[in-house]
Amino acid sequence: MIAYVLRRLAYGFATVLGVLAFLFGLFFLYATPEDMARRALGDKAPPQAIEQWIVNHEYHHPLFWNPENPGKTLIVDHYRRMLTFDFGRSDADDVRVTTRLREGVGPSLSLTVPLFFGGLVLSISLALFVATFRETYIDRAGVALCVLAMSVSILLYIIGGQFLIARILKWFPISGYDADPAVIARFLVLPVLVGLAASFGEQVRFYRTVFVEETNRDYVRTARAKGCGDGRVMWHHVLRNAMIPIITRVVLAIPFLFTGSILLESFFAIPGLGSMTVDAIHANDFATLRVMVFLGSVFFIAGQIVTDVCYTLADPRVRLE
Amino acid sequence: MESYVLSNLITSALVAGLALALWGARRSPLWRNAGRELARRRPVALAVVAAYALVAGLDSVAWTDPHHEVAESEAVLLGEPRSAIDRLFPADFQEASYSAPFADHELYGGEALRHPGGHWLGTDIIGRDVLHRTLKGARVALIIGGLTSLIVLPLALLVGVSAGYVGGRVDDVVFFLMSTLASMPSLLLLIALIMVLGVGTVQVCVALGVTGWVGLARLVRAETFKIRELEYVDAARVLGTSELRIVGRHVLPNLMHLVVITFALLFSSLVLSEVVLSWLGIGIEGSWGRMIDQARTELSREPVIWWGITSASVALFSLILAVNQLADAVRDILDPRTVGEES
Amino acid sequence: MSDTVLDVGDLRTSFPSAEGRVDVVDRVSFDVGAGETVALVGESGCGKSMTALSIMRLVPKPGRVEGGSIRVGARDVRTLPVAEMRRVRGGDVSMIFQEPMTSLNPVQRCGRQIVEAIRLHHPESSEEARRRARDLFGEVGIPDAEARLDAYPHQLSGGMRQRVMIAMALASRPKLLIADEPTTALDVTIQAQILELLRTLQREHRMAVLLITHDLGIVNEIADRVLVMYAGRIIEEGGRRDVLARPGHPYTRGLLRSLPGVVERGARLEEIAGVVPRPSEWGAGCRFTNRCPLAFDPCAGTEAPRVEVGARHVAWCHAAARDEGGRS
Repeated sequence: MIAYVLRRLAYGFATVLGVLAFLFGLFFLYATPEDMARRALGDKAPPQAIEQWIVNHEYHHPLFWNPENPGKTLIVDHYRRMLTFDFGRSDADDVRVTTRLREGVGPSLSLTVPLFFGGLVLSISLALFVATFRETYIDRAGVALCVLAMSVSILLYIIGGQFLIARILKWFPISGYDADPAVIARFLVLPVLVGLAASFGEQVRFYRTVFVEETNRDYVRTARAKGCGDGRVMWHHVLRNAMIPIITRVVLAIPFLFTGSILLESFFAIPGLGSMTVDAIHANDFATLRVMVFLGSVFFIAGQIVTDVCYTLADPRVRLE
Repeated sequence: MESYVLSNLITSALVAGLALALWGARRSPLWRNAGRELARRRPVALAVVAAYALVAGLDSVAWTDPHHEVAESEAVLLGEPRSAIDRLFPADFQEASYSAPFADHELYGGEALRHPGGHWLGTDIIGRDVLHRTLKGARVALIIGGLTSLIVLPLALLVGVSAGYVGGRVDDVVFFLMSTLASMPSLLLLIALIMVLGVGTVQVCVALGVTGWVGLARLVRAETFKIRELEYVDAARVLGTSELRIVGRHVLPNLMHLVVITFALLFSSLVLSEVVLSWLGIGIEGSWGRMIDQARTELSREPVIWWGITSASVALFSLILAVNQLADAVRDILDPRTVGEES
Repeated sequence: MSDTVLDVGDLRTSFPSAEGRVDVVDRVSFDVGAGETVALVGESGCGKSMTALSIMRLVPKPGRVEGGSIRVGARDVRTLPVAEMRRVRGGDVSMIFQEPMTSLNPVQRCGRQIVEAIRLHHPESSEEARRRARDLFGEVGIPDAEARLDAYPHQLSGGMRQRVMIAMALASRPKLLIADEPTTALDVTIQAQILELLRTLQREHRMAVLLITHDLGIVNEIADRVLVMYAGRIIEEGGRRDVLARPGHPYTRGLLRSLPGVVERGARLEEIAGVVPRPSEWGAGCRFTNRCPLAFDPCAGTEAPRVEVGARHVAWCHAAARDEGGRS
């Protein structure tokens, strides 16, 4: 088991190096520092200004090989900074990216954590309920509703939610954020509700498929034959056996708790990492964007390793070797 | 060559290719039955998708008017290539201001419109006819789905089959590449790609393709592994069939159901992704996403301008719903795992 | 055979097919007395498992019981409210299944699964139930019971798992045990042990057993009475000796002739020509017609009549009716 986890960590690290190579290719080879400078300063910027911008952001070193100072190349810099989590300054306004990250993670989590757990409990309960009545009209109506809900763009949920609940009914503010715990809930209810509505169709349908597949297994028949009722069969036997696909999905969703929900945050003016990403897009801030992609994949890879370990807890048959 | 001629040629090539593929599928009893079953289960969804495809097709073939026997003011507009859909609307259909559906006066100034009552779904805030834009969005949606699939399907098949069939080192490299790409959050990767590549139809489709091919390639790789081990493939090898022929004759046909199912599922997610990109300001010009994005300013007016976002949303929703239903049905029909055998 | 534990009358269970709903169990009637072992024999797909599942009201969707009566003791299972039906399942009637590999919950320890079965029917504390579970393990011959209670199913062999299943079925001292091919998936030596166990338990608890099998060898070893099923219908019924020694239906005769050890040494084993007709091919007459060596005019068109071919020994067959008529 420990040997397996170590091997898995090594492969994960290799994948992180691969991601960094991809990002280097994208942000330094395909789009050169000159491109970045021009995007940041505008097309008509004088050559000196561009030169100055590049030097300021330390993009003036050679790409791969510096005969004068072998350590001072862009690729070495790129790897060293990312791997030591020293992300440097934003391309747009010279604020340290790390500072931004630290400020943004709190608001992001305050939105994504309730959304994550609310969504999990809600969709699993609904899916269990629907799967209990499989092959009946309840099931068919449930699936049809899910497909319907999935076919609506998330933007419409956001715009519709803001328009209906905040503007017409005036139950909650349209957008905004306050770190004060006393009022924070007022601002978060609407984005959380909208987020739930936008994701429940796809989630319920996924979990329903898992549960229905599980209810066709022999041990379920045994459980019924010994006198278990529907509820007991679903909650005690089926749910526990469906843990592997559930874990896979749940753990891999955790990275997004940190990177935030780009759309919800920027629509509801929550100053989290998602909003930060949108700002970076609008400001052509490649440095911040690079960091976000990198962090996202680091979390994702860590999540995969955690998933594997969780399998052994969920299913006694799984052995990691 | 003029760009509209090129676009016409591409459209004809695509239609011909589609017809050829359908004709090929008709010859296999498996696909013929699947098609019949699909038509039986989901006639409405099929009709909806066909209607969208028709509108998109009509919008894809454009031509210029050779004769300019019209008023001086319209001659410039008429000199431009216009598609069959464009021709349903007068060339100078754009209003100076904006109007509600069927209105004959503009919304704020109260001045008479150039085409009173002619805008069935109203106009947007710069006076463009909403019905016209909504219809033109169908083409953009199909381009997003179609062009991206043209990138995704061959790439995923090539990579997946070679990894699964050759195995060994090739597989190690491919697997590493795939896990690297898959580990980046797809929306962030998409944004990063478009930022670097630039905004434009082709660029967006390429970015969607790069983020979209890994899922299918993984499925194809796993399935190829299984097929490679089957006995009839061994038998073919013993008989001296060349490896390429085995791939063409035995492996690829057995992957087609995966391709069709993935394509159907991919399509709706691609179109929905584009809406999000549009909102971030990096989408495709003329898409429903752009119209929805525009609603941010329209909805804050008083009285509220609701018709633009409503038309785009309904058009988007009906297409996605129809495609999702078809995808569900196709999966039920083609995927042997979900076909319940009763004993 | 003083009282009847199970009385099934005109049971019909249907599944949808391309041609509409088909009765895969078609007007099946039989009864099982207290302490009696009745074997329900037939090829796979003949409806014997569906008959058993109908009794438990566990027919998988989209199948459903269409008609008939199923009486367990004095109650009709078909009309019981759901909550009371749950008390019958695992209470008066228990069932064990063919696949010991997959029939136990893979992520629950064996002990907990037995404890659940006990506590569903008796309000005992979990310590008491665990003690009962350990006793049950001893009773079904699981050595080192305490350790096995904490084992997961995948850590046990097939035979051990089937013993766990049997222990679970015995948890509330059922009056009737339905055993659906309990030994088919096991090695021959293990088969014999499990059969022996069933026989012992049945004798000790005076429990009725409805044994579903395709194996006439097992029938010969354990059954008191035999029901032969073909294409959804019962085609012969009688005491074990009568049916095996003097089969009244050509199908039963064919089955016996295809069985090594039953025919004399040196004689050629025969197989029944043709294949079982699919439900869509079932005609109005006897469903064995297309494979029957004795088939004649009325067989395909009219339903086979009930013929007493011996004492408490009945077959449904035109040919048997003709012979019987000629003799008397």
